[in-house]
Amino acid sequence: MLEAIILTIITAATPLLLAATGELVVEKSGVLNLGVEGMMVMGAVAGFAVTVSTGSPLLGIVGGAFAGVLVSLLFAFVTLTLVANQVASGLALTLFGLGLSGLIGESFVGQPGIKLASLDIPGLTTLPFVGKVLFGQDILVYLSFAAVLAVSWFLNRTRAGLILRAVGDNHTSAHALGYSVIGVRYLAVMFGGAMAGLGGAYLSVAYTPLWVENMTAGRGWIALALVVFASWIPWRAAVGAYLFGAVTVLQFHAQAFGLGFPSQFLAMLPYLATIIVLVAISGNRRATLFNTPSSLGKSFVPDR
Amino acid sequence: MRLELVKRSEKSRVMSVLSPVVAVALTVVFAGIVFAAQGHNPFTGIWYFFLEPITSLWGVEQLITKATPLIIIALGLSVCYLSNNWNIGAEGQLTIGAIVGSIPPIVFPDFVNPVVLPLMLLMAMAGGALFALIPAKLKTSFGTNEILTSLMLVYCSNLFLDWMVRGPWRSPQGYNFPITIDFHEWAVLNAVDVGGININLSAPIALLLVVVLSVVMRSTLKGFEIRVLGQSPRAGSFAGFSNRRMTAFAFALSGALAGLAGMMVVMSEIGKLQPVISPGYGFTAIIVAFLGRLNPVGILIAGLVIASSYLGGEAIQTSLQMSSKLATVIQGVLLFFVLAADTLILYKVRLVTGREGERAHA
Repeated sequence: MLEAIILTIITAATPLLLAATGELVVEKSGVLNLGVEGMMVMGAVAGFAVTVSTGSPLLGIVGGAFAGVLVSLLFAFVTLTLVANQVASGLALTLFGLGLSGLIGESFVGQPGIKLASLDIPGLTTLPFVGKVLFGQDILVYLSFAAVLAVSWFLNRTRAGLILRAVGDNHTSAHALGYSVIGVRYLAVMFGGAMAGLGGAYLSVAYTPLWVENMTAGRGWIALALVVFASWIPWRAAVGAYLFGAVTVLQFHAQAFGLGFPSQFLAMLPYLATIIVLVAISGNRRATLFNTPSSLGKSFVPDR
Repeated sequence: MRLELVKRSEKSRVMSVLSPVVAVALTVVFAGIVFAAQGHNPFTGIWYFFLEPITSLWGVEQLITKATPLIIIALGLSVCYLSNNWNIGAEGQLTIGAIVGSIPPIVFPDFVNPVVLPLMLLMAMAGGALFALIPAKLKTSFGTNEILTSLMLVYCSNLFLDWMVRGPWRSPQGYNFPITIDFHEWAVLNAVDVGGININLSAPIALLLVVVLSVVMRSTLKGFEIRVLGQSPRAGSFAGFSNRRMTAFAFALSGALAGLAGMMVVMSEIGKLQPVISPGYGFTAIIVAFLGRLNPVGILIAGLVIASSYLGGEAIQTSLQMSSKLATVIQGVLLFFVLAADTLILYKVRLVTGREGERAHA
C-alpha cells in the first residue's frame, strides 16, 4: 500500500519537476517565461503523436522535447530579439500552445497510446520495497533526478553557470564584460522548452498513455509556482514537486476511500495548495529576494 | 545576418496606430499559409475564415454576440494591465459572477418581477469583483504573484461550477443532465430586432462602457492615476496615489466586468447554468486587450476582429471540412504578432547582413 502510494507520488511529481527545473534555469538567466503550460501541452501532444506513429515511446519523448524547444524559440524571438513584454509573450505562448496542441491532437483523441516501459535493473528491482520505488522507474523519472543534480552542479560549479547567473543578475555588466546576453538567454529558454516538453511528454507517454485536449490541466503554472517556492534553488524544486505530487495523490486516495467529499473539491486541492504555498513563501521576503535574479523579466537591448 | 534594434528618439505615433494593422496583416498571411499547407486555395480559405461569416445579417448578429463579452472583459483587463496588475483570471471571475448572479432565478424561482434582471446583473458584478479581490488582496498583503493566484482560481471556479450544477443546483427535471432549472422570463435577456439583426441589452451596454472608459482614461484624474502608477509606481506615490488601492480597484473593476459579461452570456444564450458557460472568453479577452492597444476604442475594434475568428472557425469547418480549432491557433499567433509589432513603436528594426555586422563590432 505504502509502496503503491510512493510510486504514484513519483509519477505525479515527475512532470512538475522536469518543467520546474527547466524554468528555473530560464529564470536564472533573467527571463520570465510564463509559457510553460503551452510548451508542456505541446510536448504532450508531440510525445503522443510520435509515440503512436513510430511505435516507440522513447522517440515520443524526444519528439516532446523537440516540440517544446520549437515553440520556446517563438517566445525567445519575440522577447529577446524583438524585446516584447515577457509576461504578455508568455501568455501568448500558452494560448498558442493550447490551441495548436488541440489542432494537432484532434485526430489522436481516443487512440490508445503505448506506455513507456520502466527500466528495471536486474537484481535490484526485485528487492522488497525499495526495489520498485528506486530501481523500477522509467527513464524520465531517472532523468528528472539527474536534471536536478546536473542543473545544481551547472549553476554553482561551472564557469558557464556563473555566466548564466551573471546575465540574469545584471545584464548590463555581463554585456560590458563581453558576454552575449541574448545568446545565453536563447540557450536558457531552449533548455526550458526542452524540459517543459519532456514534462508534457511524460504525461501522454508514461502517466496516462493517451491524448486529451488541455491534458496538462494547469501543471505548467504549478511548475512556475514551484520555481518561486524553491526560491530558485534546484533541490528545493524537487522537494516542492514531491509535496505537490503528494497532494495530487491524496486527492485520488480520498476519492477512492469515498470520504463523501465532492470530488470537485478534492480536485481543487493542487490549485489551492499552490496558492497557499505561494502566500507562505511570499511572506518570507528576505529569503526570496536574496535569490531572485535581479534582471528577471527585464528586457535587454544591447547598445551598439 | 541578424536583426538589430535602433531606439527611436520618441514613440512613433504612426506605428502606434499601424502596429495592430501590421499584426492582423501578418496573421492573415499566416492563415493563408496554413490553408495552403492543408491543400486549400489560400484565398478561398481567407475568404471563408475572415470575411464570409460577416456577409450575412445572421453573421453580423453572431459577430456582435461573440464580440460583446470579449469587449466588456477586455475593457476591465486593460485597466489592470495599464496599472501594471496582471489579472489573467477573468475566466474564473466570469464563472463566479455568473453563479452568484444566478442565485435569484435558481434559488428563488418564485421571485418573478422586473427587479430580477438588474438584481442579477448587479450580483454578478459583485461576485466577480469579490472573487477578483482575492488575488489582489494576496498581492497587496503578502506580495504574492497575482498571475499565478488569479490563474489557479480559474481552475477552482470551474470545478465549483461543475459541482453546483451536478450537486445542489441540479435540476430535478433535467433527466439527470448536469444543468440547473431554466431561468424564468424575467431572468433572461430577450433580443430586439434592430434593422434585421437581433440584439439584446448586452451590446449597448458594451458600447456604453467603451464610451465611459474612454472618457475616464482620457480626461479624468482616475485615468491619469492608472497610467502613472502603471508606468512608475514611485512617481505615483509622490503624487499621493496609492498602489495598493489601485491594485484593489483594477482587480475589482475587471472582475465586475467579467462577472457582468458572464451573466449576460448565460442570460441571453443559455438561460440556465451548465458545466461550461464560456468558450474561453476570459482568456481570449487578454488577446483583445493587447490587440486593442489597451485603449477602449481599440478594444471595440479588436473585439470584433477576434470574434470573427470564432465564426471563421465554424465557417471553415462547414465549408472546407477543416478543424474549428484552427481559430484558437490563429488567435494565439495574432497575439504574438501584436507583441512583436509593438517593437516598431519604440525601435527601428534593421536587418544587418554578415559583413556589415562585423564592421559595426570592429
